[in-house]
Amino acid sequence: MKVAVLKGGRSLERGVSLRSGARVEDALERLGHEVLPIDVGADLVKRLVAERPEVAFVAMHGVGGEDGTVQELLEILGIPFTGPGAAACARCMDKVQGKDAIELAGLPTPDWFAFNQTAFREFGAADALGRLEETLGFPLVVKPSRGGSSLGVRFAGSAGEVPQALVSAFSYDDRVLLERFVDGRELAVSVLGDEPLPVVEAILLEGDRYDFEARYEIGRTRFVCPAELSAEEERAVTEAALATYRALGCTGFARIDLILGGDGPWLLEANAIPGLTDTSLLPQAAEAAGLSFEQLVERILDLALSPQSVS
Amino acid sequence: MAEVPEPTHRRRSHAGTRDLERYAGLFAERTSVMRSSAMRDLMAITARPEVISLAGGLPDTSTFPPQSFAAQMTRIAQESAAKALQYGPTEGFEETKDCILEVMGAEGMLPDPDDIIVTTGGQQAIDLVCKTLIDPGDVVICEAPTYPGAIPTLCSYQADVVQVECDEDGMQVEVLEKLLADLRGEGRRPKFIYSVPSFQNPAGVTMSLERRRRLVELARAQELLVVEDNPYGLLRYGGEPMPPLYQLDGGDFVIYLGTFSKILSPGIRLGWAVAPPPVMEKIVLGKQAADLCTSTLTQYFVREYFAERRWQRYVDDLVEIYRGRRDTMVEALRDHFPAEATWTEPDGGLFIWATLPDYIDTSDLLAKALRADVAFVPGQAAYVDGRGSHSMRLNFSGVDEDEIREGVRRIGKVIAEQVDLYGALTGEQKLPEPQPQEAPNVVPFRKAGEAG
Repeated sequence: MKVAVLKGGRSLERGVSLRSGARVEDALERLGHEVLPIDVGADLVKRLVAERPEVAFVAMHGVGGEDGTVQELLEILGIPFTGPGAAACARCMDKVQGKDAIELAGLPTPDWFAFNQTAFREFGAADALGRLEETLGFPLVVKPSRGGSSLGVRFAGSAGEVPQALVSAFSYDDRVLLERFVDGRELAVSVLGDEPLPVVEAILLEGDRYDFEARYEIGRTRFVCPAELSAEEERAVTEAALATYRALGCTGFARIDLILGGDGPWLLEANAIPGLTDTSLLPQAAEAAGLSFEQLVERILDLALSPQSVS
Repeated sequence: MAEVPEPTHRRRSHAGTRDLERYAGLFAERTSVMRSSAMRDLMAITARPEVISLAGGLPDTSTFPPQSFAAQMTRIAQESAAKALQYGPTEGFEETKDCILEVMGAEGMLPDPDDIIVTTGGQQAIDLVCKTLIDPGDVVICEAPTYPGAIPTLCSYQADVVQVECDEDGMQVEVLEKLLADLRGEGRRPKFIYSVPSFQNPAGVTMSLERRRRLVELARAQELLVVEDNPYGLLRYGGEPMPPLYQLDGGDFVIYLGTFSKILSPGIRLGWAVAPPPVMEKIVLGKQAADLCTSTLTQYFVREYFAERRWQRYVDDLVEIYRGRRDTMVEALRDHFPAEATWTEPDGGLFIWATLPDYIDTSDLLAKALRADVAFVPGQAAYVDGRGSHSMRLNFSGVDEDEIREGVRRIGKVIAEQVDLYGALTGEQKLPEPQPQEAPNVVPFRKAGEAG
């Protein structure tokens, strides 16, 4: 089968995407497919029209490739593609939209407030900060609404730290959210098709737990898969993740990140196109479920070509 | 249109060669400190062609006359092909050392040729010194900020890196003295002190004569090694020449590192180290293990090039070009950076170090700057401990004056947005638009002890 692998692009996560893409290309070749690697740029549509791949494997992360933009184009061109559709991607990419959908489905997500820059620049939103800090308590988490990895995510331990955290978060997006911090175990549930894969737990090995960079560095965070959970915990976590996956309208695959607090799971966000590099969580979870990387890639392709996803 | 199928199969065909888990159990412990981070991923995008990159440390090789290059290579092909294509001595050719003596002589140094080893760039010289001297956990002292490229080397040998703050006169040797006393109290002896005393990378500052003397005195009195890295010494655009530490010490306790990268070309990968004989013996063994010898071909190139006796004129040309670029950058900073920003005005070298208000994190700023198609090195890259997050390194040698002006203007614009936003967030008065200033904004560093 002729498979286009879309990777790279201009997003801040270009580096990760190139690594995901390269690994997928290798797997596809080993599976005997004809691989058409595309570093996504201004000639994307031209190339897709000229080359007519039977399916597109989207290995892009961040703005442009994970937010529904590329998916929309593929839908218009009638090329089946891997991962969630355009609308679901848009909901996953934007944490505010995502949390709205999660809450609407009656699922627990930490309290939050969202602001765009205009609110602060033109409407004096700063004067409301005190009130919402009271509601959320400290520490609180400040995040860009759209953005991947840990980029721009900051903890604020006190009111004095909030403005600086906001300036950081606004570097990545025009909209940011302030979120109540939930203490607990950090878990990720990847869903493949309609099947949850074994739960991954991220355990910070060294350094400040409020240092988000550490979570993405080999050697500073240990990932355990399957996470050691009681049967009851595992059911609660998996059910919450699946419900989130559906609430966001995901198809193909996605990774749901959540915190398991003393009072149960709290859903944080969904990643429409989780990383597929050698240190990424989805491949680790698949392996724990007995799927090799090739089998994972093949399954993702099958899902892209199944009638339900082509819609 | 003729059908020419694009190659779709590339590289390796072995199964699973990209799967980390197949190799993870084999990695040496030191690889765990060789980190990849989100910031490094950001730096990967600075290579986009539309980005004006003030992030690199590139000399301007476009000014090197191609005819001269061609003539030298032709001469090598005609007269010395067999030798130039053969292995050479591990220490390097005597003729290369003669060229090195000329370069060092231009700064008043006269080492014994036997104390010199020719290396594959200055970076290998750093690596070989580390390989020779550092056991895991050993203390190595360097400047704060320090050369970002030295950090991965020091870390890969698992050094315990301690950084001593710089000010406008370079490394604060008084602070170093206290640190040495504290370490002595703990029974720890640093393996060496790494310094770029002239036109430092990244800060652009130059160590004062007084501090140079004191540092050499300390080294002699406490029998400590100082590693003097001097890639930029001849690229001076103002101020008085300073004696290198090597010259002040006479080569007993100072290991000297030099390079042809900034005065000729980084592409030829030629650098050198000068060390006392017992240290040099070990360095030579290390070099042998690493790559047997430095490229003979490029050593021949340097020898032919120096035979033309114009190398100093080329350095003079570079100095003229870089002086203009430095002036342009300083002027652009005055025009486009906010009033609270400070920066160094280096007398030489390739870099300016700018420090922003402490609510601006330059790694986050870089994300914003990249959307505006401009790049710089966030200050954190010059520290081992996460400091430097409000500073940035700006290079003025690699792009022309128009691009420098435009690049600084773009950075200034994203900073102004951050400043403005912070003002709105804290209810503080909107800050005035940056004004062209009469007096230079040079307050290069915070005082000692203040967090960076």
